[in-house]
Amino acid sequence: MRKQQELAIEVRGVGRVYGDGAGQVTALSNIFLNIRQNEFFTLLGPSGCGKTTLLRLIAGFDFPTDGEILLYGEDIAPLPPFKRPVNTVFQNYALFPHMTVAQNIGFGLEMLGRPKTEIATRVEEMLALVHMEAMRNRKVMQISGGQQQRVALARALAPKPKVLLLDEPLSALDYKLRKEMQVELKRVQAETGITFIFVTHDQEEALAMSDRIAVMSHGEVRQVGAPWEIYDRPAERFVADFIGETNFLAADVISVDGPRIRVRLSNGSLLDATYPVDLMPEGKVTIVIRPEHAQLATPSSTAMLTGQIEDLTYLGTDTHIRVRLPDTSLFTIRQQNNRVGPIGFSAGDAVSLNISEGAAQILKD
Amino acid sequence: MTERTRQAASAAQKKEITNRWLLSAPALVLIAVASVGPLLIVLLYSVLAPGSYGDVKWELSGQGWFNVFLSRDIFDDTISLADAHVTILWRSAKLAVITTVLCLIVGFPTAYFIASRAPHNRSIWLFLITIPFWTNMLIRGFAIQEMIRNEGLANTILMKLGIISAPIQMLYTDFAILLGMVYVHLPLMVLPLYASLEKLDFRLVEAGYDLYATRLKVLWRIIIPLVKPGIIAGSILVFIPALSSYVIPRILGGGKNLMVGNLIELQFGQGRNWPLGAALSITLVIIVLFAMLYYVKNAGKTGGGHA
Ligand SMILES: Nc1ncnc2c1ncn2[C@@H]1O[C@H](COP(=O)(O)OP(=O)(O)OP(=O)(O)O)[C@@H](O)[C@H]1O
Ligand SMILES: [Mg+2]
Repeated sequence: MRKQQELAIEVRGVGRVYGDGAGQVTALSNIFLNIRQNEFFTLLGPSGCGKTTLLRLIAGFDFPTDGEILLYGEDIAPLPPFKRPVNTVFQNYALFPHMTVAQNIGFGLEMLGRPKTEIATRVEEMLALVHMEAMRNRKVMQISGGQQQRVALARALAPKPKVLLLDEPLSALDYKLRKEMQVELKRVQAETGITFIFVTHDQEEALAMSDRIAVMSHGEVRQVGAPWEIYDRPAERFVADFIGETNFLAADVISVDGPRIRVRLSNGSLLDATYPVDLMPEGKVTIVIRPEHAQLATPSSTAMLTGQIEDLTYLGTDTHIRVRLPDTSLFTIRQQNNRVGPIGFSAGDAVSLNISEGAAQILKD
Repeated sequence: MTERTRQAASAAQKKEITNRWLLSAPALVLIAVASVGPLLIVLLYSVLAPGSYGDVKWELSGQGWFNVFLSRDIFDDTISLADAHVTILWRSAKLAVITTVLCLIVGFPTAYFIASRAPHNRSIWLFLITIPFWTNMLIRGFAIQEMIRNEGLANTILMKLGIISAPIQMLYTDFAILLGMVYVHLPLMVLPLYASLEKLDFRLVEAGYDLYATRLKVLWRIIIPLVKPGIIAGSILVFIPALSSYVIPRILGGGKNLMVGNLIELQFGQGRNWPLGAALSITLVIIVLFAMLYYVKNAGKTGGGHA
């Protein structure tokens, strides 16, 4: 097993407030995070939720107004950025325009006063790692966006930092290149064994790349967990809504039986649902069901839910079907097109919906 | 492309070029009248003979140019180097270079300070920098004179504090000239430096810190190379007027510490030797030209190229 339990970064009750008086902005409040060694850890959240602010606190460009940050158990507050064994891949890369690709990559080591031969070898290693050997003598203005991204990665990795911070490094790239670079980043992380703290507002990217994800909103961490936990077991409405597509249904709690709860939907059907450990559900609750966890069927009296197809969207691999329920809300289903040809339903059809075992989850509001 | 479209394209291109010439005509005329014309007149005067009461006699003569660097003894006609002229040219170049360097040393932190203020505060600082321009240079010169003369403010304060017992002679020294020249030319350095620093991407500075560069290293390896165009522009803007300074050395240098500007003025005034004055002026232009060529070439070599 990988030695993963040692903590690389501990964020303890960190807050950051800008300005004072009426114009005060709370960018972060009461953040607790434990980031393990060798982990690919992602900060995910909408624009303005404080992701960059948190990275800047870790890098040392800015200072918390509350709490402390530990790097391998030591408080890093007294260290200026140039003494922290932490490097950053900036959102806009921030490559030095007056230097070549190789000079950019070697800059950190040069500043650390390493011998010339060591720098040269390391730069070659890094160029090979990011497949940029052919471009070593170009100025950074003479290479493409994707190539700049790789140089920025190589430059940050060259001094072998303990932790690498990546602030939306892929957001400027087009879809295909982004997919390639996602694979590349994962590969580099596995090869170097460096702890990555990766920032994105793209949930798909977060799910694809991370060991664990912290979902943030309005300067707070809403949930931390493995991608499947975040996706399948969202703790609260914000997380469920932000990650992927979701159906929300109102329900009443009937009985609690260990990890399972029996609820009654508005049409009277009974359903078993799971719930977050820190919640004691009672009375009216919201349950969440992912679109791929429900299936269409011909109408039957034993079905969990019934309704009428509002519209269908054919997406190649799947079809999205929106079903109007009797209480007038819409329920989205994603059905895989695992057979050739039309799926056999059309708009206006009366249908019933079956919900997969264990798919329903109760939310904190 | 067919032959016809090609012809049409080249015709359009020709028309475009004619249009461009027409549009730039006013500027070209202005340059010819205001810059090249006067220079040609000065050049012409430098090869004419001096008139007895100033002005020139309309006959060709090498006297003006001869006298720039050489002098003929009035008694025995031996030719020797015109020490005084060479000394003054050398002094002027030295003082202009020192002024430029001092302006850079003082102006860089000033410009950096302004560029790192919040955007809405910057214009106030820039405004303050330009205020001295509103006052006549003569008056500013006299103000400095008043401060540094033997019974002036600086000496009085130093003596009251007991740091010195007798006044230090500051007025009519090179120190006085330098003080005046730095004061007068500083805005010319600060403004182009500010223009470059303001465009500087401060995220690059952060990237430098992130990669273990100390503050000094960041300044040296990142900020200075990136604002080099501003440094070059500021240095040129200070060096040229500093080299041909006239008012400041006159007021603060007294009669004895001449600079080349005063020397030239002398030829057109008391000296009544217009051809020599004209030849000295052209010499100055040539010195400036070569100094600039050398400077820009060498400054451009070590990087930059990023405005
Ligand atoms: N220097 C500052 N002064 C005042 N407010 C600030 C400052 N820096 C950030 N903020 C505020 O703090 C909040 C968080 O900003 P931050 O840049 O961390 O967001 P983000 O999650 O990185 O967003 P994005 O995805 O758009 O990059 C925002 O509301 C922002 O306006
Ligand atoms: Mg950000």
